[in-house]
Order: sequence, then C-alpha cells, then structure tokens
Amino acid sequence: MAGSETSGAAVIIGAGQAGAQAAQSLRTEGFKGPIVMIGDEAYPPYQRPPLSKKFLAGELEEERLFLRPQAFYDEAKITLRLNTRATAIDREAHTVSLEGGEKLTYAKLLIATGTRVRRLTCPGSHLKGICDLRNIDDVRRIQPEFTPGKRMVIVGGGYIGLEVAAVAVKRGLKVTVLEMADRVMARAVSETLSRYYEDFHRKAGVDLRLGEPVAAVEGDDHVRAVATASGPIPADLVLVGIGVIPNVELAAEAGLACDNGILVDEHARTADPDVFAAGDCTNHPCAIAGRRLRLESVQNAIEQAKAAAAGMAGKPRVYAEVPWFWSDQYELKMQIAGLAEPGDTQILRGDPASGKFAVFYLRGGVVAAVESVNAAPEFMMGRQMIAKHLAVAPDRLADVNIPMKQLIS
Amino acid sequence: MPKIKYIEHSGKEHVIDVPNGWSVMEGAVKNLIPGIDADCGGACACATCHVYVDPQWIGKLAPKEDMEQTMLDFANGVEANSRLSCQIKVTDELEGMVIRMPESQH
Ligand SMILES: Cc1cc2nc3c(=O)[nH]c(=O)nc-3n(C[C@H](O)[C@H](O)[C@H](O)COP(=O)(O)OP(=O)(O)OC[C@H]3O[C@@H](n4cnc5c(N)ncnc54)[C@H](O)[C@@H]3O)c2cc1C
Ligand code: FES
Repeated sequence: MAGSETSGAAVIIGAGQAGAQAAQSLRTEGFKGPIVMIGDEAYPPYQRPPLSKKFLAGELEEERLFLRPQAFYDEAKITLRLNTRATAIDREAHTVSLEGGEKLTYAKLLIATGTRVRRLTCPGSHLKGICDLRNIDDVRRIQPEFTPGKRMVIVGGGYIGLEVAAVAVKRGLKVTVLEMADRVMARAVSETLSRYYEDFHRKAGVDLRLGEPVAAVEGDDHVRAVATASGPIPADLVLVGIGVIPNVELAAEAGLACDNGILVDEHARTADPDVFAAGDCTNHPCAIAGRRLRLESVQNAIEQAKAAAAGMAGKPRVYAEVPWFWSDQYELKMQIAGLAEPGDTQILRGDPASGKFAVFYLRGGVVAAVESVNAAPEFMMGRQMIAKHLAVAPDRLADVNIPMKQLIS
Repeated sequence: MPKIKYIEHSGKEHVIDVPNGWSVMEGAVKNLIPGIDADCGGACACATCHVYVDPQWIGKLAPKEDMEQTMLDFANGVEANSRLSCQIKVTDELEGMVIRMPESQH
C-alpha cells in the first residue's frame, strides 16, 4: 500500500519532550528528508515539569510552556500533526496509520509516546472531581476547584503528589496526602530525604498520612470524601498521583519487544534497524546502572532523543549520560544524579537541619548516586564523580569543611 | 517590552523584544537564538543557560540567589559577569541590555 508522504521521511510518534528534541537534533545531525511529528494533544511540544509547579500555581502562562515557537518548526521544515493519533505501525510496509485512515510512509521511525497515568480502581473511582496530572488539559480541569479553602485529597506521596501538595497548601487549600508506603517518595529517594520532606510538608500544614491507602471514594455524582481505614476524609477535589504506565501498545502490536517499556539498545534503537524509541516509553540498557531500566525524566528524554536522532541520521551514538532529575517543593530544590541500589552505603553530607544537605551512595567505595537538597555543588560534582567512577573516602565525603571541588581533584 | 541584544559566540547580533516577566533565557530560546540549551526549562537545575551580561548592565540586575550562584560555579568559562539566563527576569529597566553567549554549554 502506497503511503501519502514521500519516502525518505522521518516520522516521530509523540510530540513531547523526546519527540521535539529528536526533531531538532535530526536537523542538526544533517537529516535532509521530511520530518513529520504526530501528537495526539492539541498543543505543540511543551514542558511538563511546570505543570505541577509554576503553571499550577498560576505563575507561568501557557505560552511559556512550549519548548519551541511555531517559527522553529516552520524554519526547520518539521511538520507538526497535532490532535492526531497514530493507531498502528506496519514495519514491513514502513507505514504509520493515523486515526481517520491516512498512512504515512517512513524511512526512519521514532516512537516517543511517553506514559499515561495509572488510575484508581477502588469503588467510586469514576466520580467527578477526581483528577490526574500529566498534561495541560489536566491542569485546566483542576484549576476551577484549586481555590483557597477547598479540601484537596492527594492520593500518592510521590514527586507529583508532593509538588502539588506544596503548591496547594501555599494557595490556601486544605491538603491531605495519602501514601500507602511507610514513607514518601519511597521508590526514589533515601529514608533521610523522605523524612526531611515529610517533616517539611507537615510543618507547612499538609495532613500527611503514611501507610494509609485509599479504600473508596465516596459521593453521588461528584466526590464528597475519600475513605481510608481510619474513616472518611471530606474532599472537594482528589488528585491521583500513583505512577504511570508506558505507552508501548503501538510498538508491541507491531511485534517489537516490550518489558516495562519498549526495549531499545544503547543507541535508542529497537530490534528493527529503522525503528527507534526514546523517552519515558523506553527500557534501555543503562551503562551507569549496569542493567536495563526505564527512566522518567526530562534529561533522559532529551539525551536519549539526541542519540536516537543521530542514529536515524545514520550516525549512531551511544546514550550513556549519568541520569539526573530534579523536583521543586516549597523552597526546596531536590536534585538527584545516578541510580541508587539497595545495599549501597549511604553517606550524609551536611546537616538536614541547616536546610542544605546531600546523601551520597557508595558502591564498592565508588560514588554511584547523589541526592541533594538545596546543595548544587554536591549535585554537580556528584554527577561528575559518578561519570568518572570516582572512589572517595567516606569520612572526607561527609566532611562539609572539605569543598566538593577538592574531593574530585 | 524591553529590547535585549543577544550576541552569539560567533559575533552575530540579534535585537529582540522580550516581554516583561519572561527570563532572558526564554527571550533567546523562543526566538531561535542559538547558544543556550536550557535543558531544565528554567528550573535552575541544569546550568546549560549560562550567558555573559555586559558589565554595564550587571549592576541593574537583581542579585543572584544562592542556588544560581552555586549552579553557576559549575558552568564552563565562568567570568565575573556570568549569569544563568533563566534566573534573570526581564523588566523595563533592562531596555537595551547586551547578552553574550558562551562558546559552549558543556
Ligand atoms: C506533572 C509532571 C511533573 C514533572 N516534573 C519533572 C521534573 O521536575 N523533572 C524531570 O526531570 N522530569 C519531570 N517530569 C517528567 C518529564 O516531564 C517526562 O519524563 C518527559 O516529559 C518525558 O518525555 P517524553 O517525550 O518521553 O514523553 P511526553 O512528554 O509525555 O510526550 C509523549 C507524547 O506522546 C503523545 N502520544 C502518546 N501516544 C500517542 C499516539 N499513539 N499518537 C500520537 N501521540 C501520542 C502523548 O500524548 C504525549 O503528548 C514531570 C512529569 C509530569 C507529568
Ligand atoms: S535553564 Fe536550566 S539552569 Fe537555566
């Protein structure tokens, strides 16, 4: 079946952080063919991090979320097909089917479909007033209820739930956070950071409940309360932040291997040499961690997309950067680099009571990861230490009187 | 809307109207001026938006916050007039300000 586009095209499914980076990098890598980016949202590629931070707080206009102005796509001859969903990939015919039946022919394909939010499954989970936070439209749905005095119950004490809690309590909402585990951000950070953040949220006025899962959401049409083992919590608004599911269906249905993400190699390529994948939807062999994993971060989306674009332009490049991430809550900037594993030795540098500290993870004496709070030197130097597999004496690392720059020299 | 002059490392100049309240970084990125990566989108988390502010203007800027200062310490080629452009908020006072791009952000 002939496609409606010229051959030699790069097609990108997903107009998000990774898709936009890949489109741009394809041009800087010298790719001359047409580039078509397909996105099922109404907006050109935008940054998601502000959605749970400044954008939710009303401190950033929508226009400022967009990664690039329209002029950029025009000049670089990148066709944006927004409000358009890709429905199937035919690898043999080298085509992507769009909703409505149109087919695009690709020479190289990038799948950058990101993730979708996990939904509640308990009784009442269909009620109005239950929101997620993944895209601009989600924030638009939250905003009318996001006013002083409203009672908000946040399900899930992960990054997004806690970022929203910080914005909400500052706005004057009455905020309850329900976390099933015995500490917040348990999958992502050390107990030291969890406890520090728990304390901070409670002092800011958040009713933070640990080990308290949701039993049901109550209400007739609209949510009225969230029930847990200790009774109902009145709610005008419920935000669910219990993790995401990678959008792998298109790839899986096209016969590409998936296992918690689309499997790619260190060049961001699938088993099909003409099909690449990048960003939140991928599972890649991480050189730093020494195993396969799926990351959800801006840095991973950007760097993996650059590698994918290089490969699509015929100049394969290995993606092996040290992973890093940040989260903003109140005046606390958390920055994380590397990947911690159970069994790593944790070294605390700085006194949490001072409001600036970091936890380093040593594996076999070598720096494997760092988590910092308002401590940029620890984060920036930590990143370099991880990249260089630097061994450092634990007592020197713990000594704040020795500047970070000295530890690396 | 103040006009800001961005000078690429190659010497190429661009004069841009940047809306009040935007950052100097956004003024560059949204107008396709090369030289800034701004990977974190302005969160002061990546230090890839390093610029040099013309010394004449440096005194007119709000002082650096702690986080900017410490992140900046780790950028390449830092000088006394270095700033992270995502942390400079554009105001009418900055009419005519001159910003120079570094050779690289890495
Ligand atoms: C609220 C929030 C806060 C965050 N904060 C941070 C932070 O502070 N720091 C950080 O590093 N990271 C943060 N992240 C994570 C970061 O935003 C993601 O890692 C990043 O957006 C991943 O980029 P991506 O391109 O892989 O996916 P996305 O940006 O999600 O883009 C994928 C796009 O593909 C579209 N799509 C999916 N399927 C199809 C299809 N079949 N057809 C067409 N289009 C399709 C999706 O609708 C979406 O628009 C945050 C995320 C959220 C939601
Ligand atoms: S854009 Fe990341 S620090 Fe300025």
